[in-house]
Amino acid sequence: MSKLRAFVYVILFAGAAFVVWQYQATEDIDEPETPVLHRGLPADPESVDPQKARSTQAGDVLRDIGEGLLSYAPGGELIPGAAESWSIADDGLTYTFVIRDNARWSNGDPVTAGDFAFSLRRLVDPATAAFYANSIAVIANAEAIVAGELSPDELGVEAVDDRTLTIRLEQPTPYLLALLTHPVTFPVHAGSIAMHGDEFTRPGNLLSNGAYTLDAWVPGSVLELSRNEYYWNNAATAIDEVRHHVLTQGVTELNRYRAGELHITSTVPPDNFAQVREEYGDELRVAPYLGIYYYGFNLTKPPFRDNPGLREALSMAIDREVLVEKIVGRGEAPAYSWVPPGVDNYEPRRLAFADMSQDERNARARRLLAEAGYGPDNPLEIELRYNTSDEHRRIALAVQAMWKDALGVETTLINEELQVLLANMREAEVTQVFRSSWIGDYNDAHTFLSIVESDNEANMPRYVNEEYDAMMDQAASQTNPQWRRVHLEEAERVFLADHAAIPLYFYVSKHLVNPGVQGWEDNVLDYHYSQHLSLAPVDATP
Amino acid sequence: MNRSIKVTGGLLLGIIAVALAGPLVSPHDYDQTNFDALLQPPTLEGLQLFGTDDLGRDLFVRSMLGVQVTILVAVVASIVSLVIGVAYGAIAGYAGGRVDALMMRFVDTLYALPFIFFVILLMVAFERNFLLIFVAIGAINWLDMARIVRGQTLSLREREFVAAARLIGVSPARILLRHIAPNLVGVVIVYVTLTIPQAILVESFLSFLGLGIQEPQTSLGTLVDAGVNQMEGASWMLLIPATLLAAILLLFNFLGDVLRDHFDARGEL
Amino acid sequence: MLLYALKRLLGAIPTLLLVIVLAFLMVHAAPGGPFDDERVLPPDTREALEAAYNLDQPLHRQFITYLSGVVTGDLGPSYHYRDYSVGELIGNAFPVSLQLGAMAMLLAVVLGVAAGTFAALRRNTLLDRAVMGFAMTGISIPVFVIAPVLVLLLAVKLQWLPAGWSGSGGIGRLILPVVSLALPQIAYIARLTRASMIDVLASDFIRTARAQGLGMGAVVRYHALKPAMLPVLSYMGPAIAAILTGSVVVEEIFGIPGLGRSFVNGALNRDYTLVLGIVIFYAALIVLLNLVVDLLYGVIDPRIRRR
Repeated sequence: MSKLRAFVYVILFAGAAFVVWQYQATEDIDEPETPVLHRGLPADPESVDPQKARSTQAGDVLRDIGEGLLSYAPGGELIPGAAESWSIADDGLTYTFVIRDNARWSNGDPVTAGDFAFSLRRLVDPATAAFYANSIAVIANAEAIVAGELSPDELGVEAVDDRTLTIRLEQPTPYLLALLTHPVTFPVHAGSIAMHGDEFTRPGNLLSNGAYTLDAWVPGSVLELSRNEYYWNNAATAIDEVRHHVLTQGVTELNRYRAGELHITSTVPPDNFAQVREEYGDELRVAPYLGIYYYGFNLTKPPFRDNPGLREALSMAIDREVLVEKIVGRGEAPAYSWVPPGVDNYEPRRLAFADMSQDERNARARRLLAEAGYGPDNPLEIELRYNTSDEHRRIALAVQAMWKDALGVETTLINEELQVLLANMREAEVTQVFRSSWIGDYNDAHTFLSIVESDNEANMPRYVNEEYDAMMDQAASQTNPQWRRVHLEEAERVFLADHAAIPLYFYVSKHLVNPGVQGWEDNVLDYHYSQHLSLAPVDATP
Repeated sequence: MNRSIKVTGGLLLGIIAVALAGPLVSPHDYDQTNFDALLQPPTLEGLQLFGTDDLGRDLFVRSMLGVQVTILVAVVASIVSLVIGVAYGAIAGYAGGRVDALMMRFVDTLYALPFIFFVILLMVAFERNFLLIFVAIGAINWLDMARIVRGQTLSLREREFVAAARLIGVSPARILLRHIAPNLVGVVIVYVTLTIPQAILVESFLSFLGLGIQEPQTSLGTLVDAGVNQMEGASWMLLIPATLLAAILLLFNFLGDVLRDHFDARGEL
Repeated sequence: MLLYALKRLLGAIPTLLLVIVLAFLMVHAAPGGPFDDERVLPPDTREALEAAYNLDQPLHRQFITYLSGVVTGDLGPSYHYRDYSVGELIGNAFPVSLQLGAMAMLLAVVLGVAAGTFAALRRNTLLDRAVMGFAMTGISIPVFVIAPVLVLLLAVKLQWLPAGWSGSGGIGRLILPVVSLALPQIAYIARLTRASMIDVLASDFIRTARAQGLGMGAVVRYHALKPAMLPVLSYMGPAIAAILTGSVVVEEIFGIPGLGRSFVNGALNRDYTLVLGIVIFYAALIVLLNLVVDLLYGVIDPRIRRR
């Protein structure tokens, strides 16, 4: 009897193991019963409520299940979405959209202009507490509503009838159409919110107007999507089911791709890149991406306050070619401007030293450093903060070495967790040089240039230059896109000349795409709607 | 059997000596990067015996630094947990009854803290402080030590020879020291040999989470973690630190085993 | 015994309170907040968010609000997963972690005790050395090395087993994580069993039993195994802790939606409620498990008397 008891523990565990046993047949992507697309997702979406979304991965999922007034073609060109057409008043301030007659929610209800008006009001309503409430600040009264000064009903949107939506703006905004492709402007179904309250986003409750609907979401694991039969363009959707697998570690994702469990990866980890390129050749898709990786200076404290020469010296002494080729090494472009190449209707300005050789840059940087009062007798000692990540670590170590070799600068590296670094950047007390980045929200230079306006909260260096702000204001008031562009480019020139930040490189998007996936096109936004893809049977043997 | 102790101990001391001397002798610095020699396999040329890492730093010097740091962490943390744990466990176990119940209630209280989570929170809340690693690891391990020692003491207390000693009026402190403690040595040593690897593993676990020691300083755990990511392209980055780590753990374990046999033999005399 | 169990459970309340207070203070002491991101929020937006989650109130107020929620079983909304409550997230993740941990533990106890006993009975033979050599190697290699190597060999190169946790996929996905998690524990338990079995076999009552002519197998089964299991039982608590630690690594490497990974991500994202919820949940679980172990202790070795 007591012998039996001795094994109670073992039985306890065995029992527990069997209670939660969920046996299901293994799945292999090569032999699906219906076409199922397996994609990697770098993290869970914070929400599938369009208005509460924030991250790029939430956008990736929402673009599959929802649809804005406008959308993007596989190559990244703007195309009509839920709106079939639109017109712009001569003053550039009023937009009128015509919603498709056959736009439908996943329960068959028609998608109306009222749905869009409701959703945009919901976005700016403080009660929603949307991360991106300010993203549509260009719409009349939006800022006052976000600040709680006006009621959401005062927003400059109006559903004239079920199929006609007008949007009134504060100022001409050429990028409004691009903005309306952003998932935070996607509609939600008012009736379902009324019925389910906060739980309207649950799989089963969630009504969507895109090519797919959300069937299941296991946080940390997978989001399962299936075809929305009511979608207006359902006939063009080739793949019946999509699985977004949440894979936070790049190496794990890569292993799953290599093991034949994924069609598309969300990234390719830096450590294995050279080998992946060799092994997979054409399956590796690398394309320019709207993002900049930079080091910012804290302009509110010595030694960098009012010291552009010192800042320029540090910027010049970084050999960006070595950095992108040997340290980052995934086809990134060295950054000599603030706005990445490839932005519509824009030609980035370049740093003055962009055309010098690295030796010339180092020589000039040493002179600048000496002028700033630093040299062998009085070496500059600075702190460089970066957040925990293998790639950031390697770049920081490389920059530390470059500064030391070229200028004799002693750099202390401080590795902080992202949240700590962000808090320190926000407070601007202890920071000196810090790592940061910016990913464009829409295909327009404004998304990069606006963040360093003096009143922008994302202005991490605390850059303040009246000339710059004035240039940005002038650009904002232009209705002529060419004039606007001239002002934006001038603003970038001013910003670069001040060396408030060190642009290091421009991001690339990098994916592994199974040869059986068809319809994939590289684009600068890195948007790849599942509805544009199809699966061809492939011979699995490599 | 004394020879085994000497050989194992000697090997460990040898590794430590090489780890201390190596960086002084080598022409390379632990933080000197070389972008023209990234991921070079081990070679005699330029004395890069262990090759270079993904930033062209000499892996020999870095590995030796890693050994120093790792052994320091393990030894300090183990001593901390040994002293507290044995004293606490033996007293509780011998006292028995109410005192034991109370003392063990306290241990249970601490036990109920999911320690590894607190270690993570600790590292997150108070940024990276190297001292915290000792504190955290020591704090986890003394509890285990106390429990095991207490369990053994409880058993021993009921044994005939202890009862006999009590009968002839030996004082409790003397019984603990003379009769209980020698019988604890075996299990304590076996447990310490498990504690040292544990301490090393906790440190490497923190490295895996990116909460370990600050670059360009390093530990074996940090080196192994970096090596895992490079295992296909640059296997030496994993193999060398992992071998060192495994060798150190093996030696500590083996030392514990032979020490155990040694004490056992004496017990039988 | 029932009374004892009840008393222990009541005694656990201060423990849990301590856990809550400590964890609450620590998460709030951590720099940064749940809504910080590289995309900095405009002040108005931040205020709206903080108001929505009561973060605009003084800390002691937040604590009282939180505690009164916990008492009624409400662990609050997750700050990071805006569609889920902490209770739901734990409810989703725990069965996965339990399945993983329980299977690893089962494997570890069965194989560990068997290997340890086996080695003790053949002490100093080649077999003993082989088993202990394996055990030593097992505890000398961190999980985060074992797991990727196994994945590389068995999943990527040979393609025998899945490399990760596919959302709806089968028993195969469990094998690599469970084995990676169990290996070091098998080794620990084997070592512990061997050491304590040798001790027990050398003790007087075993000699007496042997002298009475009982066979070695019977001696081990009826007399030696129980006392030799004591250190192993003692090790259950630490083993659970070790499996917990290991599961953080294994869940991360295999992309398994378990509690360990949720915790680490929660701590890094400053998802205060999720972190607190998991800590409280595990604390309660450990209190229960320790109680079970202590009750078993008395059952297995009657010489230890409970008063």
